[in-house]
Amino acid sequence: MKRFLPWIILVVAAGSIAANWLPTKPAKDEFDFAKFGKIPVLVGGRVKPLDTVARNSLLIIHGKQELRLEGGPAGAGSAMQWLTDVLFNAPVADKYPVFVVQNAEVLGLFGWEQSDRKYFSFAEFAPFLKQIDEQGAQSDKLEAVQRSAYQSAILNLRNGLALYQRLKNSIQPEDAQNFAAELQAFIKSVPGAAKAARDFEMGEGFDKAKLNDVAELVQRYERLSEMAYVLAVPPLSLPGSSAFAKATADRSPPATAAGDWHSVGDSLLHSIGAGEIHPVVIEYAIIGDAYRANDRSLFNEHLDRMTNWFAKEQPNATRRTSFEFLFNRLEPFTQSMTLYVLAFLLACASWLGWSQALRRSAFYLLLLALAIHTFGLFSRMYLQERPPVTNLYSSAIFIGWGAVIVALILERIFKDGIGAACAGAIGFVTLIIAHHLAGSGDTLEMLQAVLDTNIWLATHVVAITTGYSAMFLAGMLAIIYIVRGVFTRSLNKQTADSLARMTYGVVCFATLFSFVGTVLGGIWADQSWGRFWGWDPKENGAVLIVLWCAITLHARWGGFIRQRGLMIMTIFGNVVTSFSWFGVNMLGVGLHSYGFMQKAFPWLVGFMVSQFALMCVAAMPLERWRSFRTASASSRPERPRFSPAPSTG
Amino acid sequence: MLRKIVNLITSLKLTIICLAAGMALIFAGTLAQVHLGIHEAQQRYFQSFFVWWPPEGRGFKIPIFPGGHLIGAVLLINLIAAHAKRFRWTWRKLGIHLTHAGLIIMLAGGLFTDLFAVESHMRLARGDTKNYSEDMGRTELAVIDTSDNDLDQVTAIPDTVLRHNREIDHSSLPFRIVVRNFYQNSRLKMLSEAGEGARPIANQGPGATIAVEPAPRATGADERDVPSAAIEILPKDGGSLGTWLVSDGLGAPQTFSCGGRTWMITLRPARYYKPYSVTLQKFTHEKYAGTEIPKNFSSKVTLMDSERSVNRDVLIYMNHPLRYRGETFYQAGFQPDDSATILQVVHNPSFIAPYVACVIVAAGLLVQFGFHLVGFSRQRRSAIA
Repeated sequence: MKRFLPWIILVVAAGSIAANWLPTKPAKDEFDFAKFGKIPVLVGGRVKPLDTVARNSLLIIHGKQELRLEGGPAGAGSAMQWLTDVLFNAPVADKYPVFVVQNAEVLGLFGWEQSDRKYFSFAEFAPFLKQIDEQGAQSDKLEAVQRSAYQSAILNLRNGLALYQRLKNSIQPEDAQNFAAELQAFIKSVPGAAKAARDFEMGEGFDKAKLNDVAELVQRYERLSEMAYVLAVPPLSLPGSSAFAKATADRSPPATAAGDWHSVGDSLLHSIGAGEIHPVVIEYAIIGDAYRANDRSLFNEHLDRMTNWFAKEQPNATRRTSFEFLFNRLEPFTQSMTLYVLAFLLACASWLGWSQALRRSAFYLLLLALAIHTFGLFSRMYLQERPPVTNLYSSAIFIGWGAVIVALILERIFKDGIGAACAGAIGFVTLIIAHHLAGSGDTLEMLQAVLDTNIWLATHVVAITTGYSAMFLAGMLAIIYIVRGVFTRSLNKQTADSLARMTYGVVCFATLFSFVGTVLGGIWADQSWGRFWGWDPKENGAVLIVLWCAITLHARWGGFIRQRGLMIMTIFGNVVTSFSWFGVNMLGVGLHSYGFMQKAFPWLVGFMVSQFALMCVAAMPLERWRSFRTASASSRPERPRFSPAPSTG
Repeated sequence: MLRKIVNLITSLKLTIICLAAGMALIFAGTLAQVHLGIHEAQQRYFQSFFVWWPPEGRGFKIPIFPGGHLIGAVLLINLIAAHAKRFRWTWRKLGIHLTHAGLIIMLAGGLFTDLFAVESHMRLARGDTKNYSEDMGRTELAVIDTSDNDLDQVTAIPDTVLRHNREIDHSSLPFRIVVRNFYQNSRLKMLSEAGEGARPIANQGPGATIAVEPAPRATGADERDVPSAAIEILPKDGGSLGTWLVSDGLGAPQTFSCGGRTWMITLRPARYYKPYSVTLQKFTHEKYAGTEIPKNFSSKVTLMDSERSVNRDVLIYMNHPLRYRGETFYQAGFQPDDSATILQVVHNPSFIAPYVACVIVAAGLLVQFGFHLVGFSRQRRSAIA
């Protein structure tokens, strides 16, 4: 039994994940929301599937990527159902309670008392839109740092409502009834109206009614074009120009892929000159009409046509959006998060008994988790065509990934469950952090001009974040040393020595990467702003890590600290690193302040306090440590200490 | 005694103390940026020998912490001294020597940059040609002799002189300049809008109708001071030409006559003239489709240098500066309505130091930690065997 336990656990875990991942085939007579979710659109400068638009919009409006509405969309795939209603059937969508408001002062603004309810519908806010807009505009003028909880909440609500209203007017005017017929009538009357307009300009008699009809529609589509959030209409490949398009596409793929997408409104205005309506606009109109009429087979049939059109005309975009749809559905980071927790618990349990079997179980689970984590990381790189770290969210993903790999290498060498426990803990915590950083919408956002350079993103940013990974890993090792030493009897001399070796090695690794990363950042700054060092908060944070590593290593080389001192200093390294990673962003100054997170502040302070508490615990006299109390009583007279310092600088 | 001092300055303890003090200083200096702004915090904490308390204008001040220059200098001395005393060539110490040599280059280069690098801006509207860049932190009082049709004779008086010297007497000028008031930062208002009790500080030119209010130093990254001064022109042959308001906030220079010649005066950002000129052909500001996220900024300029018979077009864009005759032009900003580009012009003779240092230190760390790793795995192998 013991021998097979690791394999059984691995197979059960892999099986349950695979079961999660199996696609559910929609019944033939149901709306094919999954297929609709793969349709490419351009939002935020990036071509993405509608499914991503739905999830990110819900994240902003609802705080979650999925809905649980009674009598409405619920569960997996609910985001697309909701978006389809918003795009095509606004009156129904208006009644869904999706807007999250938890601030009592915001609710008080409308005369509502705070209760258990925290989700509200657009229809409920409709009478207060003007008020919300004014209040939101006031707090929009403030810097994020200066906003009160109420001001942040009202601004979020205003942004959510604005986003919702733009979504409703992305594919068709929200009040459209028979949109396909409306478009047919529009395009038919254009030539007549054009003639009337010419006549009018020439001063001849003209057909006023014809001109007025079209003028009204033109105004309607101008409004539509101003409101649109989604650019749904891809560029048409013109015959003869394809060679040119290809040549430019090869040189800068994102630029051309995003080049000439238009909103539906825009495209309709263009069609006045072209004399015909873009095929995608027509398909969308028919699909929307079918959806409102609850005609499932018509909806699915035209969805097929549109899908085929995209596959033929926009093969690159289609491939990418299909993959992104898959990526969204698999949720690799959520899956690996669960596995990391399990592995951590197994590794900890291995110190209490059944050690080999549990340790190996943890190791196998970690390999599975790492594989899924890696798949997620590389998928993001493929989708974005960028090195792994481009924003705070991706830095969390990458820090976890790097730390897990190094920890697994340690586990492979030392085979004592310590590396496995570290891998599980850090993998889980960093992915949780990433999960909470995703709240602002698209985590694959386009990069500001100055960051638009893959060389520096691939070198400076990767080196710095690898340094963070190593710092946190070293800190975790030190925590294990302290906790096992003080609270359990499991820290014998051998374990203590190997923990000390691991910690020391990882600190060296962290020093190397932090230093190289920091200097590369300086060189990037010298290349793009003309100064190597500008005392920007993020730069300062990075150099703090380097200095702390240098102090730790010199103190150890000089013999000022031994095992326990190394552990205490390494735990303080956690504080320094978290300040550098998050703390400096909260100052709201400097070139790197790319994400202010008021909500994260208490967590950061809590983390730092916990680290200081651990340092205090570690500073207790060794006689009070459970491991050494027993040891000193019996077999081990001397304190844990290093062999003489190898060298001094 | 001497031995004690040598021991102290070569000790590892001193290294650790310096590094720890550096950490504390950087931490405090970073937090201070929230209230002081990057520029001011940098001056007080990092580009100084001491951090003073209280900062300014209380009549007394005491040093409360070593500043960046002091810590850096002590660290540099400590490093060099320790190596000079203990240097022994062995392969085992190659990594340590390399690392520290690189750090010495880096620290020295940093000090050198602080002392000798000059940063300035060149703002160009489309079609503009300039042969000078402007300092964003310093101003000068330019006194221009315009009597010669072909050539203007400029006498520039730096703001540091204006701030401290009450009277300026220069041999090339037929008049003395007396500084009546000087404001490092100020707000100008038309007298009619300034409210009751506002009085002009000048009696000549437009200054006679303008009220000047002193303002606190600018702290934001995008803000800058608007210095103003009231100066009286006293011809050397007696009499007075009245008091004039000069300010960075006033547009055109003001004109007066003295000694049979026509003069213009203006307070403007300090200028660095160059032996070549730059003309803006076109400024482009691209955004990602459907967003306000900037995708790229680029300036197409023409570089003209008759000395070296250079006349060519150059594209300056993000992460791709122009390097010419020891100066580097970066795309730094733009006017909000895209009507003008702002190029940052940097002259830094020691820009190469960090590049060299980085390579040496990285190599040193790799060698050093590589030795540890090899030693460690040997130990393990023998332990297992």
